[in-house]
Amino acid sequence: MNQVAEECVALIAKQKGIKPEEIRLDNTFDELCVDSLDRVSLAFDIEEKYDIEIPEDRLGQIRTVHDMVTGIEEALRRKNTASSTNA
Amino acid sequence: MTRVVITGAGCITPIGQEVGRFAENLFAGRSGIREMTDRPPDLHFARTATVEDFQQQEWLTANQRQIAERSSAFAIAAARQAVQQSGIVAAYPGDSVAVIFGCSTGGRTTEDQESQKLYTRGGRIHPLTVPRVMASAGTSLVSMEHGITGPAFTITTACASGTHAIGLAFQMVRSGAVKAALTGGHEAPLTYVFLKAWDSIHVVSPTACRPFAADRDGMTLAEGAAVFAIEALEPALARGAEILAEIVGFGMSSDAHHITQPTAAGPAAAMQRALDDGHIAMDEVGYINAHGTGTESNDRVEAEAIHLVFGERSRNLPISSTKGLHGHAMGASGAIELLATVLALGRNLLPANAGLAEPGAVVDPALDLDHVLLQNEAASLKLALSSSFAFGGLNAVLAVRRFDG
Repeated sequence: MNQVAEECVALIAKQKGIKPEEIRLDNTFDELCVDSLDRVSLAFDIEEKYDIEIPEDRLGQIRTVHDMVTGIEEALRRKNTASSTNA
Repeated sequence: MTRVVITGAGCITPIGQEVGRFAENLFAGRSGIREMTDRPPDLHFARTATVEDFQQQEWLTANQRQIAERSSAFAIAAARQAVQQSGIVAAYPGDSVAVIFGCSTGGRTTEDQESQKLYTRGGRIHPLTVPRVMASAGTSLVSMEHGITGPAFTITTACASGTHAIGLAFQMVRSGAVKAALTGGHEAPLTYVFLKAWDSIHVVSPTACRPFAADRDGMTLAEGAAVFAIEALEPALARGAEILAEIVGFGMSSDAHHITQPTAAGPAAAMQRALDDGHIAMDEVGYINAHGTGTESNDRVEAEAIHLVFGERSRNLPISSTKGLHGHAMGASGAIELLATVLALGRNLLPANAGLAEPGAVVDPALDLDHVLLQNEAASLKLALSSSFAFGGLNAVLAVRRFDG
């Protein structure tokens, strides 16, 4: 599990009051009882933490922990590309 | 008519985070009013009454932690104590129980934090801000925790919110609309904006709240919660519940006069209606736990109202305000003071009017009240009133009787 995945799992674990080791990357949010409000709250915490923005339409496609990690990594790549272009 | 009794109580206050400690400090006269540790330098007052070392995270489940801000967390903690003591959740189907709380200001802490972020840094607001800020969040979270699916709502009538809530719950149990209720008040308003707003009205004491004192100089702002479990007498007796007191009357009124200046007629009407509602003779009242904020205006007008209702009897009627100990917790204050009143009934001990035991402190002679309690007083107390009078002239008074079978 890479750093983004580990941090993502830690945030979900904290939010749902479960142990990180109980969370697998292929878990769906439904399996983890992550409801729609949890989802927007998690996304907000992640966006604040990484100073990124996950587009609304991309957010709607996120169903699993792995989807979320991928979404963060995509947003981080966009951010890095934008900052190198600006430089 | 169905008789309504209190079978459980819980509290989170500046003088105790459970009823036993609250009682101990109430009758020992140990005040929760302290110098603010992080006092903003531009305030004209230095003291508040806060709930120190509140273990918010320990009281809340993981799901509750996401939503509950300080005010709702107080409600959850106090309600859980009342449920544990009373056993009402196990005793009644969830759809026959109500949750009715008073809360004046809602989730001030969250609103203040998010506003500050937005106005200073710009950007986004946390997506849980709406559910955290709404004044009814405490009611929702408590009903969810205990599976209570009957009527559940929050009443907001400024400083009378808690008393109005308990009065409504009392009426609903008495009428048979519900079998039981969790009811009380909760408030955590002490943000910088809130402190500054009160400072600007010039009614906050620069020292500490001394209700009814000749040299009183204002109120002390506070936070906290108190919650009661109430139910009909017969099923309570049948299941062997401990009965802490009986609620026998409730009176309400509106001054219909001014948004901050009180009248005597409005509070007097609420007191009289509480007496009438409970078919209570004036001589039966052995103690009034007064609203007694410590402001010049409230205490003067409240004294006048007591004279209007009790006439000559007001001279020797034992009266105290306990706000000199726990401060004024806005929408929670009526519930906290009802707890003090219930404890007085249970112990036959009337709590002193804190602030008047200080050297040199005297009761304001202009109030013409001869029995403001300078110290705790033993008394064979059978019936007491607990009064709350809010800004905007919204008045609520509860009458409670010792349960002797």
